[in-house]
Amino acid sequence: MGNESKIKIDNLNLHIGKNHILKNIHVSIPERQLTVILGPSGCGKTTLLKSLNRLTDLYPEMKIDGSIFLNEEDILHSKTEITLLRKKMGLLSQSPYPLPMSIYDNIAYGLRISGRRKKKYLIKRVEHYLTQVSLWDEVKDRLKDSASSLSIGQQQRLCLARGLAVDPEIILADEPTSALDPLSSKQIEELFVKLKQRYTIVVVTHILRQARRIADYVIFMYMGEVIEHGPAKDFFENPKEELTKEYLKGAFN
Amino acid sequence: MGRKFWKNTEVGVYRVLMFLATSIIAIALLLIIVSILYKGLPSLNWQMLTQVPKGGYYFGKEGGILNAIIGSLYLSFGATILSFIISLPLAVYINIHRAKQKRLVNTVRFLLDLLWGVPSIVYGAFGFTIMIYFGLRASLLAGIITVTLFIIPIMVRSMDEVFKTVPKGLIEAALSLGSTRSETSYKVLSRQCIPGIITAILLAFGRAIGDAAAILFTTGYTDYIPTSLSQPTATLPLSIFFQLGSPIPEVQNRAYASAVVLTVIILIISIISRILSRKYYQERIK
Ligand SMILES: Nc1ncnc2c1ncn2[C@@H]1O[C@H](COP(=O)(O)OP(=O)(O)O)[C@@H](O)[C@H]1O
Ligand SMILES: [Mg+2]
Repeated sequence: MGNESKIKIDNLNLHIGKNHILKNIHVSIPERQLTVILGPSGCGKTTLLKSLNRLTDLYPEMKIDGSIFLNEEDILHSKTEITLLRKKMGLLSQSPYPLPMSIYDNIAYGLRISGRRKKKYLIKRVEHYLTQVSLWDEVKDRLKDSASSLSIGQQQRLCLARGLAVDPEIILADEPTSALDPLSSKQIEELFVKLKQRYTIVVVTHILRQARRIADYVIFMYMGEVIEHGPAKDFFENPKEELTKEYLKGAFN
Repeated sequence: MGRKFWKNTEVGVYRVLMFLATSIIAIALLLIIVSILYKGLPSLNWQMLTQVPKGGYYFGKEGGILNAIIGSLYLSFGATILSFIISLPLAVYINIHRAKQKRLVNTVRFLLDLLWGVPSIVYGAFGFTIMIYFGLRASLLAGIITVTLFIIPIMVRSMDEVFKTVPKGLIEAALSLGSTRSETSYKVLSRQCIPGIITAILLAFGRAIGDAAAILFTTGYTDYIPTSLSQPTATLPLSIFFQLGSPIPEVQNRAYASAVVLTVIILIISIISRILSRKYYQERIK
């Protein structure tokens, strides 16, 4: 525990055509803490998050260089085994995308593609992960129902459980509560706070109050640059940069 | 007042146009069905469905079109299955594996669209040439191959359009679980697309069973039900063609009865596939 860093981003630059989207990003993400990437819309938060598990590969227009180290291994290196890398990181997107199959199969999917196929084992693990996201009691009688029959809030928790089932070290979440009602948002936030004992969690948000509620560590971005980063307490109570101070006063909204 | 007036007029005009277009299609469809039923139903009987042509059938004597019904089913199921085996991987390949090479993918799409537009008689002639080249005789196999070539572009492009509608977020979700591209394609996206894939199969099947030109030179025609791929076979479209060409009114009416049979087969297949896709439709992610 403590302030060991889990991910080290080193001189990361990302261009889309002539636009410089991420500019010289230099920052570390501490292990088993909840790091919030904070900043106004369009500043590059999503793009930074997608570079971490190389979803940027899907966008041919993105030109990326620099390094991102996870356990001393460069994520951006072309020899890196991409599926193994992604199994180390669960992703929660802005609106939930459950897989087009049953609730049960959504969780079992990750186990199956990792070669776990014994039915008894799967049943146990599915219950385990659904319990972890406090969804088990709500769905235990309808595991065979299609995942799209769940409410949006339940779907988002299902997606979290689905990510946990792959046994990741890191959870990436891109504005995971923006499509949810206040109660479901609160549930997700509480889950993150609980899960950070075991996982390194990175949450993207543009909601200042959410950042204040959940962050241990804050990375503040503006126009593709990291303006300031540090432990949440220092960041909120003692910001160093002018831009940060203005943002915290709500000048950008 | 002016702007609102024009806006309402515009809406009104489009509504009328839409109504006209829909009516024309509905009326045409109705006319086709009614005229087929009107002329065909009286001649349709059990004997026709259960017997092969006896001697002199085409001059109004005993027998039926079982040879053409079975032949058509063999041919179109064979071609649809063969085409599916090729089309699904191709549609997946251009949408997932090569998605980043936009120019390559668009070229492939363009070529497939060209092939879609080629008249089926050209496929027939092409199939015939290949058949001769390999020393094959007119046969079920030659027919299946020709029809397969003919429906592949239809199937691939229809599936392709379905894959294009998959939300990017779903692809990202599947990949970020550590799925390979093939797992993403076949375990997740294909499932999402099953209703559309079924429609693509249906569309291709309909073209396969209804087309006469592609098989004109390649399947031959016999009064018997084929027992192997190397035998020639009768088909419903050609059976209709031959019967309709007869000067004898009774035989002409049998052609309409055969058309009823063809229509009913397509109807049954459509209904079955609707039922199949409904189950998966509900599991889709919006
Ligand atoms: N695929 C893309 N093509 C072109 N521009 C993009 C693409 N993705 C993101 N951008 C641009 O990059 C910038 C950062 O976007 P994003 O990372 O989504 O910001 P945020 O998540 O902070 O709102 C924006 O200006 C956006 O328009
Ligand atoms: Mg974003």
